[in-house]
Amino acid sequence: MTPVVGMQVALLVPLVTAFLVMGAGRFPNLREAISTVATLLTFGVVLTLYPAVRAGERPELPVLEVMEGLELSFTLEPLGMLYALVASGLWIVTSLYAIGYMRGHHEKHQTRFFACFALAIFAALGIAFAGNLFTLFLFYEVLTFSTYPLVTHHGTEKAIKAGRVYLGILVFTSVCLLLFGIIWTGHLAGTLDFQQGGILRGKVSPELLPVLLGLYAFGTGKAALMPFHRWLPNAMVAPTPVSALLHAVAVVKAGVFTVLKVVVYVFGVDLLFETGASDWLVAVAAFTVLASSFVALTLDNLKARLAYSTISQLGYIVLAAAFATSSGVIAGGLHIAGHAMGKITLFFVAGAVYVAAHKTEISDMRGIGRQMPFTFVAFFMGSLAIIGVPPFGPFLTKPGLFIAIAESSPAWFGVYVLSTLLAIGYLMPVVVTAFLDPKPADDGHHGQHGHDDHGPDVGEWGWSTALEQKHPLVVIPPVLTGLGCIGLFFYGDELAHLLAPIVMGGGA
Amino acid sequence: MAEPAAESLNLLEHLPVLQVVIPLVAAPLCVVLRHPVVVRAFAVAVAWACLLNAGLMLGTVAEAWGAVLGGVEHATGGVLVYQLGGWAPPVGIELRVDLANAFVVLVVAAIAAVTLPFGLGQGALTVPQERTHLYHAAFLLLMAGLFGIAVTGDAFNVFVFLEVTSLSSYTLISLGRGRQALRAAFSYLILGTIGGTFILLGVGLAYQMTGTLNMADLAERLPAVMDRRPVTASFAFLLVGASIKLAVFPLHQWLPNAYTYAPGVVSAFLSATSTKVTYYVLARLIFTVFGAGFVFGVLNLDLLLAPLSILAMFLGSIAAIYQQDLKRLLAYSSIAQIGYMTLGLSMNNETGLAGGLVHLFNHAMMKGGLFLVVACMVFRLGSQQLRHMRGLGRRMPFAAMGFLVGGLSLIGVPGTVGFVSKWYLVTGALERGWVLAAGLILLSSLLAVAYVWKVVETLFFGEPPDDVPVARPAPATMLVPAWTLLLACVYFGLNTDLTGDVALQAARQLMGALP
Repeated sequence: MTPVVGMQVALLVPLVTAFLVMGAGRFPNLREAISTVATLLTFGVVLTLYPAVRAGERPELPVLEVMEGLELSFTLEPLGMLYALVASGLWIVTSLYAIGYMRGHHEKHQTRFFACFALAIFAALGIAFAGNLFTLFLFYEVLTFSTYPLVTHHGTEKAIKAGRVYLGILVFTSVCLLLFGIIWTGHLAGTLDFQQGGILRGKVSPELLPVLLGLYAFGTGKAALMPFHRWLPNAMVAPTPVSALLHAVAVVKAGVFTVLKVVVYVFGVDLLFETGASDWLVAVAAFTVLASSFVALTLDNLKARLAYSTISQLGYIVLAAAFATSSGVIAGGLHIAGHAMGKITLFFVAGAVYVAAHKTEISDMRGIGRQMPFTFVAFFMGSLAIIGVPPFGPFLTKPGLFIAIAESSPAWFGVYVLSTLLAIGYLMPVVVTAFLDPKPADDGHHGQHGHDDHGPDVGEWGWSTALEQKHPLVVIPPVLTGLGCIGLFFYGDELAHLLAPIVMGGGA
Repeated sequence: MAEPAAESLNLLEHLPVLQVVIPLVAAPLCVVLRHPVVVRAFAVAVAWACLLNAGLMLGTVAEAWGAVLGGVEHATGGVLVYQLGGWAPPVGIELRVDLANAFVVLVVAAIAAVTLPFGLGQGALTVPQERTHLYHAAFLLLMAGLFGIAVTGDAFNVFVFLEVTSLSSYTLISLGRGRQALRAAFSYLILGTIGGTFILLGVGLAYQMTGTLNMADLAERLPAVMDRRPVTASFAFLLVGASIKLAVFPLHQWLPNAYTYAPGVVSAFLSATSTKVTYYVLARLIFTVFGAGFVFGVLNLDLLLAPLSILAMFLGSIAAIYQQDLKRLLAYSSIAQIGYMTLGLSMNNETGLAGGLVHLFNHAMMKGGLFLVVACMVFRLGSQQLRHMRGLGRRMPFAAMGFLVGGLSLIGVPGTVGFVSKWYLVTGALERGWVLAAGLILLSSLLAVAYVWKVVETLFFGEPPDDVPVARPAPATMLVPAWTLLLACVYFGLNTDLTGDVALQAARQLMGALP
């Protein structure tokens, strides 16, 4: 299979899956079988593309020309390769987890759920393979609209409101800022193609560069840069597999991927570095990192805390990109993979606790680690990964980030230290509460969360895996991804080599 | 008047006049035929014949213009000229068809060909059986009028055909359910007559100054008297008259009621075609007859039209957000969409005008499709109130999904026609240096999100109310025409060979001197 054919297959499998799932709606087992096979198939195909890209190939797949200069076409390059691997790889575990979660929780509209999920993966791969800004934007919007039914899955008043915020912010930013930036870029540069070294050199006055960059950075609402971050915590009303999709597999990663891609292939790292056009973005990203970490500290709802943690980590990636150095960009790319693996683990755990013990608030989780030991060991691993401890994947980001900070201004090192401390501060207490806090978790005074009458008694002080055995499909995935964080650590060098060419040399 | 088929070349020469004659002759025939089923079948056949004719005409003009672009000498510079009855212009009436007219004619013909078969055999017209033939006669007359306006090269003729369309529109609107339809038709009658009178005055003044009614001759003779006050007055009368018909903000008062209370199919057809043809008239007057140099250079029309357009975009959309009646919501959305078109016109560059023309086509597809989808819902529910449509998505999935597709198109999501329009318009604004206007075009799409999503939430969430009948899926004879237009929204969103390229060439041809 040539890489071009591989790209076609990788795009078509999730798309076809969406329709097959809809068709098989009345046979849940068949429907889930289709989903599972599709996840494996997609990942397998994406994997076959890897050697070619690693060897320096840039397979191109033109599809059609909408109008002059507006072409739907795909080009596979290292950054997209990485994102495609993350999205398709995590789709496997998320899909398994979703099956366990949706069935364990007796959710309605499961067919629509799995169909939209497959569509979202299709959109994510389209973004990953996009060969120009138009294609990227098209799939970016497909991703927005295909995830809307997932966010509003429950159809309650709260879900509809969250859906409004979700669509409102994502569509506002993408149409008013991102699209504006894209059309402006096309007007100025005469092309929308992603090119090595950027397309704007010599086409834009230095005063306009920061403005354009702002349109892209804020326009990519999925990157959740403050003040356009509200949609992410709001979207928590959705079932947990959706949170995994939003926070790890596809959506926010599509955002930071877009920012990185634009910095590298539209502006060009050198141009930004020379003109200092991205200096302001460093400050905004640093503010996002710190502010959201502080907010995370104050939240008792586990998913909400994790959501703000995500905003903070995304700010990290934008920060790395905004330094506009090659080491920073590569660090940002690696962090996409590292954070995805760590954060998906944490969300899986949050969902597993909800399915098995009906708990959502951290203060209710006292001692629950002993009832669900594997789950919370996974949570511990995920936390260490997010904090950035070796030997976990996200640690790989550090060297590149340090170099980038050193090349820029050492003052930003303080941000890094502070954010790490804050991450410890908002993640470790969860682990401590779960394992070490011996108080009975449910003594009746948490009125609003006391609905788990038929739930197991987690107040007992002892180790047991009975709870986990009842819901294996929501426990195994976090353990797998937790171990994956360690696995990723050993592929760091390989991935860094994959990404290295994107910032090499200027020119076309 | 058709020559023997063997001389096919001759038949092609007659395309411009056939476009008008076919529906004009067919209209009285409807009255003669009388039988409802026969009349419907006949009207549909006529509409399809018109579409074929329009397609052939566009093909012929495009070929001629392509040849001119390629450097080939062409007697009329790539324009189809047809002299009625063989009388030459100063005496006789001339039909002139270039890319812009042919494009508009195609839009009208296509919409007619899709909307007329809507609900075939369902009696869904809200017209009593015994008056079906009159309804179709009026419909075909309206088509003849619209085609006439588009193909004629004679200013007075524009007025005549405009009156034909107006009278037939009043009839069609008044066929809607309830007394409000009569009131809507009446207020349209009053405002439409004022508009028509203004156009007549404008044409008269121009005739007084130049002694000709032929647009090509007008374009030649007007420059010599451009500095005279009556010429300015003539343009002012024509502009206001056309603006009333086009429902340019703030002259749009007749539109919401007319679209709300007209029968569903009529709303779909009118919203997709009648304002579009008037838009063409305005563009023709500005660029061909009076000349962009006079209109924009001397009169600075852009400084008036652009702010009004932007106001229309915002106020129309904001008004749409607050509507509780689904058809009225779409009507206000139309006012906003007309704002996009006139904004493109006011940019006075090729990209902007092409954007306006592309949006003319695109908006016809989406609004036509949306009104038809809503007609499906109204047919089953007997109500067009939003609150009666809660949870309708589960009962009428195809209609509801159709609304979603059309709505995404209105918003301008990439992969739909709305995106293509926006691309042209924003690029045009940037070329003109209007960065703020470019931003406002995009910002106003958010208002479209608001009013579209209001409907989407109603359709897909919530429990159906008790006081309306339980809806069943709409019949296929209704869904097929509706989805034809909606799928066209997606197709032409991904392939702009017909819309974008032709519109761009049409804009070039319009903005160049009359060939």
